[in-house]
Amino acid sequence: MTSPQKIDPSNIGEQAQIKLPSWKTDAKPFVQIENITKKFDDFTAVDNISLDIYENELFCLLGGSGSGKSTLLRMLAGFEAPSSGRILIDGIDMAGIQPWNRPVNMMFQSYALFPHLTVNENIAFGLKREGIRGTEVKKRVAEMLDLVQLGHLGKRKPNQLSGGQRQRVALARSLIKRPKLLLLDEPLGALDKKLREETQFELINIQDELGVTFVVVTHDQEEAMTLATRIGVMNHGVIVQTDEPHEVYEYPNSRFVAEFVGSVNLFQGEVTTDEPDTVCVTSTEAGGVLCVNHGISCAPNQEVHVAVRPEKVRISEQRPDQPFNCIEGNILDIAYMGSLSVFKVKLPSGKEVRVTQPNINRESGGRFTWDDKVFLSWDMDSCVVLTS
Amino acid sequence: MSTASRVAWINDSYTKMTKYNFFSRVNWGRFSVVAVPYLWLAIFFFIPFVVVFKISLSEAAIAVPPYSSVLDWNLEEAYITVKISLSNYLFLLEDDFYVSAYLSSIKVAAISTFFTLLVAFPIAYLMARTEGSTRALLLALVILPFWTSFLLRVYAWMGLLKKNGLINETLMSMGLIDQPLVMMQTDFAVYIGIVYTYLPFMVLPLYSALEKMDMTLLEAAEDLGARPYQSFFLVTLPMAMPGVIAGCLLVFIPAVGEFVIPALLGGSDTLMIGRVLWDEFFLNRDWPMASAVAVVMLIILVLPIMLIRNGQGKEGAA
Repeated sequence: MTSPQKIDPSNIGEQAQIKLPSWKTDAKPFVQIENITKKFDDFTAVDNISLDIYENELFCLLGGSGSGKSTLLRMLAGFEAPSSGRILIDGIDMAGIQPWNRPVNMMFQSYALFPHLTVNENIAFGLKREGIRGTEVKKRVAEMLDLVQLGHLGKRKPNQLSGGQRQRVALARSLIKRPKLLLLDEPLGALDKKLREETQFELINIQDELGVTFVVVTHDQEEAMTLATRIGVMNHGVIVQTDEPHEVYEYPNSRFVAEFVGSVNLFQGEVTTDEPDTVCVTSTEAGGVLCVNHGISCAPNQEVHVAVRPEKVRISEQRPDQPFNCIEGNILDIAYMGSLSVFKVKLPSGKEVRVTQPNINRESGGRFTWDDKVFLSWDMDSCVVLTS
Repeated sequence: MSTASRVAWINDSYTKMTKYNFFSRVNWGRFSVVAVPYLWLAIFFFIPFVVVFKISLSEAAIAVPPYSSVLDWNLEEAYITVKISLSNYLFLLEDDFYVSAYLSSIKVAAISTFFTLLVAFPIAYLMARTEGSTRALLLALVILPFWTSFLLRVYAWMGLLKKNGLINETLMSMGLIDQPLVMMQTDFAVYIGIVYTYLPFMVLPLYSALEKMDMTLLEAAEDLGARPYQSFFLVTLPMAMPGVIAGCLLVFIPAVGEFVIPALLGGSDTLMIGRVLWDEFFLNRDWPMASAVAVVMLIILVLPIMLIRNGQGKEGAA
C-alpha cells in the first residue's frame, strides 16, 4: 500500500519521531472545500460538501455515476462555478479565478489530447502558454517524456499511439507546468485490466517522485484502494465517508459504503446486548446471534445490520466450537476462480451468503460440493455493525 | 517435379484461373453504382470540355459554327490536316485586358471568400454549440434562402442598395447622412452579393467540422493556461480546418467565374472573367477566344485545388 506512514521497522530507532501523514497532524490543509453546493436547475449534483485535502495526498473521490464526484472535480478545475460555498487552494479563494489562472491541472477521462499536434507539441502546450520558449521547453518536454517512458514517441500524433501511450501523454501534459494540484478524472478508466494494474503503481511512483497533490475521481473501488492515501466515498452529491482505504474497507460507516467498496454480506437484526466492548445482534435472517467486540452507538432493540466480508468467513463441515457468529446453510453454488473459490451458501431463512476461500493447496477448491451442509463462522472483530 | 505432378499442378492452376477469372470477381452491382455518376461526368463534363478545348485551338471564322476546323481530312485524296492555333492563348497573355480580368476575378473571389468565412464562422460555431430544436431551427434559417430564386435574392439586394433604396432612405430619414450613399454599381455591392449568396456553402462544411470537435479539447486548452482567444486559434481553428478549406473552395471557385452578381450589382469597371467570357461569346462571337478564356480559367482553378488536395493527402498519410 501507498500510505506514506509505512516505515521500515529497522529505522524507527534512528528516527526521532514517526512522521504522521499530514491529515492526522494539525497541518494546514492544501485544498479546503467549504460547504460547496452545485445545482443544475433543480438537480443538486453536489450537496453541501466540506473536505480538506493535504499536501502530497493522493485523494480518491469514489462513487458511482451521478454521485457528483466529477462535478466536484470540475469545480476544483474551475470549469463549473459552485452555486454556494467556497474552495481555497493553498489558502487562496478560487471564486472567480478562471481555469487558465488556477495553479491546477487536470487529466481528462478522454485524455483530450490535441489531435492536430504531435506528442511533443501536446506536452509543450501548457509551457508555451506561460511564455516559455526554446531550449527550456525542449528540456522540460524531454524530462516529462522520460518520466512517462515515452522518450521515443515525441514526434507521433495521438492517433498513432495505443491507449496506454495516450494515457501517458495526457499525464505528461498535465504535469509539465508543475501544478501543485493535479486532478485526474478516471485516469485508468480506458485501459484494459492488466495495463491498469501496472499503471496504477506508476502513477503512485510519479506522485511520490514529484510531490504533487493528486485528486483522483474513480468509480472503481479497487483502483481507489490501490492508489489512494485517503478515499472519499460519494453518494447522491454527499461524501458519506472519508478515510484511509483500509479503514473504509474494514470499518465502513454505512450500508452504502460497505456494499459499494468490495462485496459484503449484510444480516438484518436487533441489538440484544449493548456493552462497551461487546455488541450482540440477534438475527433471524442469519439464524443466530452475531457479536462484535467493539462498542457502537446504538440502543437496545434497535434495528441494525451486521456486515461481514466474504473473505473473513470460514467454511467448515463440522460445527465450530463458538457460541455466536456461527450459522449453517447449504452450498448453492461454487465458482472456482483459480486463486480463490467463491461459495454461495443458502441459509434456512433463504438468505444467500457469499464466502470466498483462498485455494491454499490444489485440493482445497474441491473440498465441498453442491448441496453440502456447511457451517459458516467468523471472528468477533471481523464484522461490523451498521446503523445506517 | 515429375511430369505427372506437373500436369496435375497445371490442371489445378487452370481450374483456379477459370474459377476466379476477372468477370466473376468484379462486383457488378457495386461497379454500376460507381459507373453511373462517372458516366454522367464523362458525357456532360469531360466530353464538352474536350470540345471547348478543341474550339480554343481553332481560329474565329465567319461560318456556322463560327470557327475554323482543327481537323480536316479528305479520304479520296488521302490527307489529314491538323491545324492547331495557339494564337488565342498567346493573345490572352499579351493583352493586359484578359490578365487584369483574371487577376480582378481572383481578387474579388478571394476577398468575398474571406468575408464569407468571417460571417459564416460564428454562425456555424453557434449551430455546433446549440442542441436539439434550436440547432434544427438555425440550420433551417441557413438553408431557407435557397428556397427562393437566386435571381430574386440578388434583385432584392438591388432594392436595398440603390440610391433611393431601403438603406439610403432609412439612413437619410434618421438624419445620419444627407447625401445618399453610392452602393450600387460598386465592388462593395459585388462583395455583399457574393457573401450573401454563398454563405450557406461556407456555413455547412464549417458546421460539420465544428460539430465533430470534442468540447473537452477546449477545456484542456484552458486548463493548460490558454485564454479563450488562444484556445480559439490554437485548437478550434485547426480542428475546423477541413471545414474551412472545403467551405473556401466551395465559395471561391464559383465566385471566380461569377457572372450574374457582378452584372447586376457591379459597375462597368468591375472587371470579372465571367463577364469577359459572356462578351466574347455573345458580343464578339469569337468562340475560339471565349473557349481559350474558359480553359485558362479552369486551369487557374484546378491547379491550386490539386495542390491543396495533394498536401492534405500527404499530411493524412504521415
